[in-house]
Amino acid sequence: MKTDQCYTKAQLTWLVILRVFIGWHFMYEGLVKILNPKWTSLPYLLDSKGPAANFFIKLTQNAGLMDIVNFLNEWALILIGFALIAGCLSRIASVGGMCLLVMYSLSHPSFVGASYMMPFEGSYLWIDKNLVEFAALGVLCTFPTSRIIGIDRLLIKVLPDSFRKYKLI
Amino acid sequence: MATEDINKNSESAQPESHGRREALKALATVPVLGALAYGVYKKQKLENTGRNISDVFPVSKEGASFLEPMAGGKQIRIGVIGFGIRGKQLLRAAGFAEPSWIDRMIEANKSNKNDTRYEQYIQQDDLNIVINGVCDIFDVYGEDAVLAGSNINREGSNGKFGKAPKRYRHYKELLAADDIDAVIISTPDHWHSTMAMDAAKAGKHVYLEKPLSWTVPETYMVREVIKETGVVFQLGHQGRQTDCYQKAAEIIGNGLLGGVNLIEVCTNRNSPNGAWVYDIIEGSSPQTIDWAQFEGDPERIKEYMDYMTKYSLERYVGPEERSKFSLERFFRWRCWWDYSTGLSGDLLTHEYDAVNQIMNVGIPHSATSSGGIYFFKDGRTVPDVLQTTFEFPDRNMTMLYSATQASSRNRGKVFMGHDASMEVSNILEVTVDQDSTRYAEKINQGIIPTDAPFYTYVPGQDSSDSVTSPTELYFAKRGLLYTYVNGKRYDTTHLHIREWLECIRQGKTPSCNIDQAFEEAMTAHMGTRAYLEGRTMYWDRDKEEIVRGEIV
Repeated sequence: MKTDQCYTKAQLTWLVILRVFIGWHFMYEGLVKILNPKWTSLPYLLDSKGPAANFFIKLTQNAGLMDIVNFLNEWALILIGFALIAGCLSRIASVGGMCLLVMYSLSHPSFVGASYMMPFEGSYLWIDKNLVEFAALGVLCTFPTSRIIGIDRLLIKVLPDSFRKYKLI
Repeated sequence: MATEDINKNSESAQPESHGRREALKALATVPVLGALAYGVYKKQKLENTGRNISDVFPVSKEGASFLEPMAGGKQIRIGVIGFGIRGKQLLRAAGFAEPSWIDRMIEANKSNKNDTRYEQYIQQDDLNIVINGVCDIFDVYGEDAVLAGSNINREGSNGKFGKAPKRYRHYKELLAADDIDAVIISTPDHWHSTMAMDAAKAGKHVYLEKPLSWTVPETYMVREVIKETGVVFQLGHQGRQTDCYQKAAEIIGNGLLGGVNLIEVCTNRNSPNGAWVYDIIEGSSPQTIDWAQFEGDPERIKEYMDYMTKYSLERYVGPEERSKFSLERFFRWRCWWDYSTGLSGDLLTHEYDAVNQIMNVGIPHSATSSGGIYFFKDGRTVPDVLQTTFEFPDRNMTMLYSATQASSRNRGKVFMGHDASMEVSNILEVTVDQDSTRYAEKINQGIIPTDAPFYTYVPGQDSSDSVTSPTELYFAKRGLLYTYVNGKRYDTTHLHIREWLECIRQGKTPSCNIDQAFEEAMTAHMGTRAYLEGRTMYWDRDKEEIVRGEIV
């Protein structure tokens, strides 16, 4: 089984740029939330639309659960962002990021007729920027770069073989 | 493709000389983290210096405070007089809902999971009261009240009920009962003061729906009786428990709006229900309604008629005979001066009481009114559009009340000052005036915007000393930020009744006490008289009298 990647310089450059940019976006989103002590995902979740809306609104009805949701969201964003920028376990980070983005999209789908309190800054039909970023992370999973440019280059040497075997790195 | 263009990630051991290159490749993107950290630091610094306004806009971080229930307080035995629309709401707020209402709420929740009224109701605090007597002159309401009063477990029709309260046919019989400590009165306006006085004389504490009185003479009497008997009295302006009003009082008290010269308060309704055209309830007939008791207290009716005839206002009386049974007049009594205090007594009073709570304005110097019956031409005598202007020259201020029952365009409660204006509803927003003196420097520096609210207070959220961000504003405006967590957002009526009960237990005076009530009633009467007579009414503060014509 071939596991090594062969990219041209241009391919590698753009893939790394994509990884770092998405990482930057995630990390800053997380930092903004952590730096604002009043931040909570409560209004965002309450404004959920579409088939999964009930699930998200239910989350808001329990203060303890909201604390956990907020904490997980903040730190997941920061850690995923860090991992993508530094190229550290970035495949796991990409999958984690995709999971978060799926949650956001389920909460705020760009359906025909759905309107939200916070208007999007662009115009979308079904596909919004969350989904574009989701697809981009899919690309990064398929075309990993962190073992060439990134801390994974060092990690691969110390982590057990199973990480490579199961394509975790 | 040239081979040097190909990057390979080989796991084979690298020679020592490649170690440095190896590390460089591994850490190549790490400086990006530094750049991000620097950017965040710069941005935070800018935002903190730009948004902090505590030097020009000092507000405390405290939320509203309410009289908390005392542990181990005694159970209070309640009598209920009047069980119409408002009576049902009051008893619900006190913890006793009709089983059929519970059924409806459970159904509503089943068909719409987001409808959590049932859950909220169940979570409402137990006020440690028992309903021992109920009285309504309409049999259906009377029976409803018995059921609600016995619904001690807050259950639906199939529930297990407690002991049924005794149903009285006449309120005086209820007041004579010795197993009742306090009464909740929600009857038509023309009965308010009379019942409150009789209750106080019988030694019962009183929670009375607004307005305090129907005629001017009885307003003095009821104040005297309540004071003499020393019962605990609360007028039903539940707005007294609105979180934001306490913050509004602080902001105005700190002079943050500058001199407030104009207050605009409004009623914006646009439905038959909002215009008091209520349903005629099934089962109502001369046999099930005690019309003689509905007519009113003869002494009060005389006071009313004396005033109407003295100033040639007979066109506002009737038009039907008072003694003639009428289902419309029974259920829609607010539409006729014969029982009602019109927009002034019913809705202006809420607005005025809010302003009086926030600014302690007292009875205005003068009132001028205009309006008419412009939409609901259904035979009513009270106007459906009304404007009343109250002047407070000693406060350098006008309060304008503007009401329509045929347009629901939202107009808020706005306090306009030289430096800023404040709009108060369930949330509070302060917008700085572009020509403000106090904030001139911050406006010039671009720190305080003048085209949007810069300070927003949302109950349940920490008070902020920084400029409200656009995101916060979006959510606050749409009311989502104050949506409770864990259902702990209290109904103001519940809090208002709770305060009254706690004052009885702790020997304190409720927030909407008889003095506040007197001011409310006289203000409303001035507005009403100004409308009826078509001339400005003045308040003679020394004599405590409404005076027609000019005070020299």
